[in-house]
Amino acid sequence: MGEKVLMKGNEALAAAAVRAGCRFYFGYPITPQTELAAYMSKIMPKVGGTFLQAESEISAINMLYGAAAAGARAMTSSSSPGVSLKGEGISYMAGADLPGVIVNVERGGPGLGSIQPSQQDYWQATRAMGHGDFFQIVYAPNTVQEMADMIFTAFEKADEYLTPVMILADGLLGQMMEPVELPDEIGELPEKPWATTGTKGKREHNIANSLYLQSNELEAKLLERAKRYEIILDKEQQSEGFMLDDAEIVLVAFGASSRIARSAVVKAREEGIKVGLLRPITLWPFPAKALEATMGTAKAYLSVEMNMGQMVDDVRLVVGKDVPVEHFGRTGGIIPTPDEVLEAIRTLNAKVGE
Amino acid sequence: MAEEQVVFERPKTLTTKPTHYCPGCAHGIVHRLVAESIDELGKGGDAVGVAPVGCSVLAYDYFSCDMIEAAHGRAPSVATAVKRVHPENLVFSYQGDGDLASIGMAETVHAATRGENITVIFYNNAIYGMTGGQMAPTTLPNQVTQTSPYGRNTKEAGYPVRVCELLATLDGVAYAERVTIDKPASVRKAKKAIKKAFEYQMEGRGYTIVEIVGTCPTNWGMTPKDAIGWLEENMLPYYPLGVYRDCVEEGFETAAEAALARAKDVPIVTGGVA
Ligand SMILES: Cc1ncc(C[n+]2csc(CCOP(=O)(O)OP(=O)(O)O)c2C)c(N)n1
Ligand code: SF4
Ligand SMILES: [Mg+2]
Repeated sequence: MGEKVLMKGNEALAAAAVRAGCRFYFGYPITPQTELAAYMSKIMPKVGGTFLQAESEISAINMLYGAAAAGARAMTSSSSPGVSLKGEGISYMAGADLPGVIVNVERGGPGLGSIQPSQQDYWQATRAMGHGDFFQIVYAPNTVQEMADMIFTAFEKADEYLTPVMILADGLLGQMMEPVELPDEIGELPEKPWATTGTKGKREHNIANSLYLQSNELEAKLLERAKRYEIILDKEQQSEGFMLDDAEIVLVAFGASSRIARSAVVKAREEGIKVGLLRPITLWPFPAKALEATMGTAKAYLSVEMNMGQMVDDVRLVVGKDVPVEHFGRTGGIIPTPDEVLEAIRTLNAKVGE
Repeated sequence: MAEEQVVFERPKTLTTKPTHYCPGCAHGIVHRLVAESIDELGKGGDAVGVAPVGCSVLAYDYFSCDMIEAAHGRAPSVATAVKRVHPENLVFSYQGDGDLASIGMAETVHAATRGENITVIFYNNAIYGMTGGQMAPTTLPNQVTQTSPYGRNTKEAGYPVRVCELLATLDGVAYAERVTIDKPASVRKAKKAIKKAFEYQMEGRGYTIVEIVGTCPTNWGMTPKDAIGWLEENMLPYYPLGVYRDCVEEGFETAAEAALARAKDVPIVTGGVA
């Protein structure tokens, strides 16, 4: 670890990616992830890497597919409308068991939406990134420091589980400046004996492929991959708890909205409301175990999101119907204020408190 | 007894797997030419192929070099990255006309104009073979297909794309040739073109493409022999054979040199980065 430097989230993410051994970046311009690509275009030539501005997000994700097949650590980044275009390639990566990192610095939607921060792509990232039965690991940083740390972890987990990994950030985190300590440059990268590097006459040919014309073969492949998903679900859940020990009202919030929720929790505690915050760091796998652990004291849950209510589904899946699970959100690119969230806590407290 | 001598054998770059192609389909001939060329250049261990979505989707099982199966139309982007990661490798894509000139046209044009050092083997049979014979971007005017049952009506469906002619206008292209496989002499010529494209790639001259005008007897609804006749009568006059770009013939070592010469009066281009 080195000294602390002041950086934008988008830049910290790019700088840390390079330290994680990423030498191939493919992207297409879109707000609000611009600084990330700009940083990559500056640094890649200096570290012997490749920055390639593709003709579209579709092309960029398929370049990522190719670089991953060839055994390189590679990434792409975009924002919501561009990430939709990447869905095809991410599905192919999952189907061919190829590791790679995709960054979504979310903005408002649907359609062209807005260029303001949002969390409207939760469902897309965790449920429906593309066609077919597959998941990707999804990390949700909430500081510039975490933007740097998580991209590092993302590359490691992608290689470990042979899967695409997404960093789901938002325009707020991407544009925000904070002090950050960049991770140390990685030493050895993992061996990739499966990569299409050319046989060099020394082995049978490697094939990167997602096509299985025999249904029983495809099913067997999907079942094998599902076993890996089981391991991920068991081992990779990450979250952070804040004032949860005696919490009767549990807020659940990720990314930028978790920072706002945290301020609201502090204010509500000053008013004597027993409230805490569970912050999912991994969105898939969703931190079900940590959420379950709050059920002893919780009388109600409030999912705070910058959307119309998406993660709240996952909260309900974990805690069931015995206690109220509500959603509070602003959407369309509007960032809620701590006072708005505080008001939502008070209302819920009035409903469930004695 | 006379000493035995091998006069003909399976190219090493082809696997022993029997292909699934219809009888009389020329995809198999083109596979062989690609494999022979790679063998002759001694590049089997360095070759990485990218298979398309189309009848040749299973090419990854037929070539014994490392292979990648790409999404429909995206092979040029995949090949671009593979070559960027391992510039010493011989990287080729193998694509049909629907894959290359319809859904993948953006990827095709941009890989070409970037001057990616890859080779595109383009099998043009004027139809979507794999999906059962729909109209392709290369389907001829008045040609009957499943989705142009009254013949391709240019008023509604527009005109076919002549790929080599189009790509030849781009500065990144080092070599573009259209060949066919209608008779042994043509096949020999096609092989020469493919080998030359591979050589140019290994010499770092720029983007190379060989378009092979081929048949699809099954979806043209013809015997293989009649299909060859139809190809000679209709396809070849519409898609004239020949070299559309050869930077070396034009007197340049690379596509980049040719591009610089073409822009010799543009200060920003000739002056370099400030
Ligand atoms: C995204 C997507 N759209 C459509 C298809 C269906 N599809 C498979 S092959 C093909 C056309 C292939 O035609 P061509 O590229 O000319 O190859 P040929 O089979 O004639 O060799 C299509 C449309 C697909 N697999 N993926
Ligand atoms: S459908 Fe046409 S292109 Fe495909 S294998 Fe059969 S003859 Fe060849
Ligand atoms: Mg075709």
